[in-house]
Amino acid sequence: MRPSTSHLRELVGKRDFYAGGLMMLLGLGIALKGSSYRAGTLMHMGPGFLPTALGVLLVLLGIAIAAAGLSPSTDGHEEDQNILPEHPQWWAWFCILMSPVCFIFFGRYFGMIPATFSSVFIAAVGDKNSTWLSSLILAIVITVFGVALFSYFLQVPMPILTWRGEP
Amino acid sequence: MIGTALHDLWGGFGVALELHNLMFCLLGVVVGNMVGVLPGMGPLATISILLPLTFGMKPVAAILMLGGVMYGAQYGGAICSILLNLPCHPPHAVTCLDGFPMTKQGRGGVALGLTVFASFVGASWGITEMIFLSPLLVRAALQFGPAEVCSLMLLGLLAGSTLARGSPLKGVAMTVVGLFLGSVGTDLETGSERFTFGMTELDDGIELIALALGLFGIAEFMSSVNQVAPINTKYTNVSFRDMRPSKAEMKQAFFPMWRGTIIGSLCSLIPGTGPTIASFVAYATEKKVSKHPEKFGTGLIEGVVCPEAATHSSVQGDFIPTMSLGIPGDAVMALLLGALMIQGIVPGPQLISQHPDIFWGLVASFWIGNIMLVLLNVPLIGIWVKMLAIPYKYLYPSAMFFVCIGVYAANNDFFQVGEVACIGLFGYVLLRLGFHPAPVLLGFVLGPRFEENFRRAMLISRGDITVFVQRPISAVFVALCVILIGSQIYFRLKGTKPPIEPSLQPHDTPPTAVAAEMRTPAE
Repeated sequence: MRPSTSHLRELVGKRDFYAGGLMMLLGLGIALKGSSYRAGTLMHMGPGFLPTALGVLLVLLGIAIAAAGLSPSTDGHEEDQNILPEHPQWWAWFCILMSPVCFIFFGRYFGMIPATFSSVFIAAVGDKNSTWLSSLILAIVITVFGVALFSYFLQVPMPILTWRGEP
Repeated sequence: MIGTALHDLWGGFGVALELHNLMFCLLGVVVGNMVGVLPGMGPLATISILLPLTFGMKPVAAILMLGGVMYGAQYGGAICSILLNLPCHPPHAVTCLDGFPMTKQGRGGVALGLTVFASFVGASWGITEMIFLSPLLVRAALQFGPAEVCSLMLLGLLAGSTLARGSPLKGVAMTVVGLFLGSVGTDLETGSERFTFGMTELDDGIELIALALGLFGIAEFMSSVNQVAPINTKYTNVSFRDMRPSKAEMKQAFFPMWRGTIIGSLCSLIPGTGPTIASFVAYATEKKVSKHPEKFGTGLIEGVVCPEAATHSSVQGDFIPTMSLGIPGDAVMALLLGALMIQGIVPGPQLISQHPDIFWGLVASFWIGNIMLVLLNVPLIGIWVKMLAIPYKYLYPSAMFFVCIGVYAANNDFFQVGEVACIGLFGYVLLRLGFHPAPVLLGFVLGPRFEENFRRAMLISRGDITVFVQRPISAVFVALCVILIGSQIYFRLKGTKPPIEPSLQPHDTPPTAVAAEMRTPAE
């Protein structure tokens, strides 16, 4: 880390600054939304009492976390200050998050077989060592196994195959 | 007192030995062991993935199976760390230090055999403790009013978040986030909706499984994908015959095993100090009492046996507050408690008297399950070793399917599947910002009960907040909380970490990163 005269500039380079900031934002949101519910009195607490208190507490914790980032690392070992990992895996992350989305879409409109197949396939494509063929084979194997287990054995009430949500 | 406990235990064996309960226990142990062996799958991920399978079961069978999954995964994690130098689960991180060098010397089989044995001894001691301490604790806890319960929960939450890994401040922040997430949905007392933003699906609150699978499933996959190095299977040829330790080795392991067991059980008595701290303390102690501490890290039997015994004895000990007070010590226990709540069972001191079949059946099944594990691990070691070779690129897509269908099966609702994706993304952001998400689960499970008891305490005391320090038992808990916070601030200002904090800190980062950190000087 390059030396800087201003504390603030040093802080902006630290991960804890963002960690604290996120908690502050979250706390602020919770406190503001929470205070729109009836707070009540200490004796008869309303639904808004605890959330508001938690939100305020979270803001304070966020400030403390960010402020703790100012002091030199006391842990002895230097933590990495990068928010993104060394090699960001945007494609893999996208695939992993798309997997439940595909599951929802295909599950709702086309049934369990397409849902299972698509969720496994898209997740598998995310790995840098996978090929289309290996992903395809994996998806087919898991579909056969998964549908047998969940539909026949555990009787999850999802149609196996349907067209646009019609049974 | 002892007589009644033994009598109840006898009844428990009756429950656990019923054929279908026995079957589910066996199933849980086998599946837990199998999944736990897989690199990158700790007990948390394993239990959350398998949780949906238990929805259709009776409560007793469900909890027996999940208990089996938990300690099955524990055993599996040890195999992973000894043979591959990959600590899939933080408590096993120290086992790598001497376990992997033993493997490289061709003594991996012996290390595994002794681990199985030490784990069994540790677990047995923990179970014995559970049998005799839980009823005592319940007797005391039944006198607790809402104020006491409330301050005890506060103590549990604080201990769980500050004594765990990472920065205590961040831990507390995570607990608060968990408490908040627990308050989403319809307010129990007034019936008004909170933080649902008009979505009727959120009326019942956030689904526990969605939270657990998001934080420990999806977020974990996102941080490990493409980061896991191909696994070195050079040393994994272990056969059944290699596992039998010689008489001299047994002798060498005997005392460290007992020391580990005692340390583990002591650690489990302090709320919040889970198996991770127990295993680190055990390793450090063993090094201190050893006549040749310089040999640690080169493949000493003591360095494997002692922490493993401590881990298992502390895990079983952690069940004591979880089952008798309804206050879990760590995220794994919170998840098991959540599973009980899904089955409609209210945790707390009344659990043992109201559902003796669950409590004593569970205790008995621990023994049966641990014996099963010893019997299974010996002949099946060859299969487990083969499972280690499954590449991550096949593992996580399959797990993603289990996540999706599991969350769907909880309510037969696609909304929860969307929930799990959002929580997963949020969890990954938290991971990258240096938060450990385990306390979120703790806060989430305890949150609603905390609020309920807090309200009740305030109602009884007519809005007098000092009730928490006026009642003696509650005052003790509050004092402990203050000491806990005070000591954290003190150590922070002094610039040293509390001595209980392990010097080698395992992170929730991908196993390879931990493995790199754990690289022994023998390399």
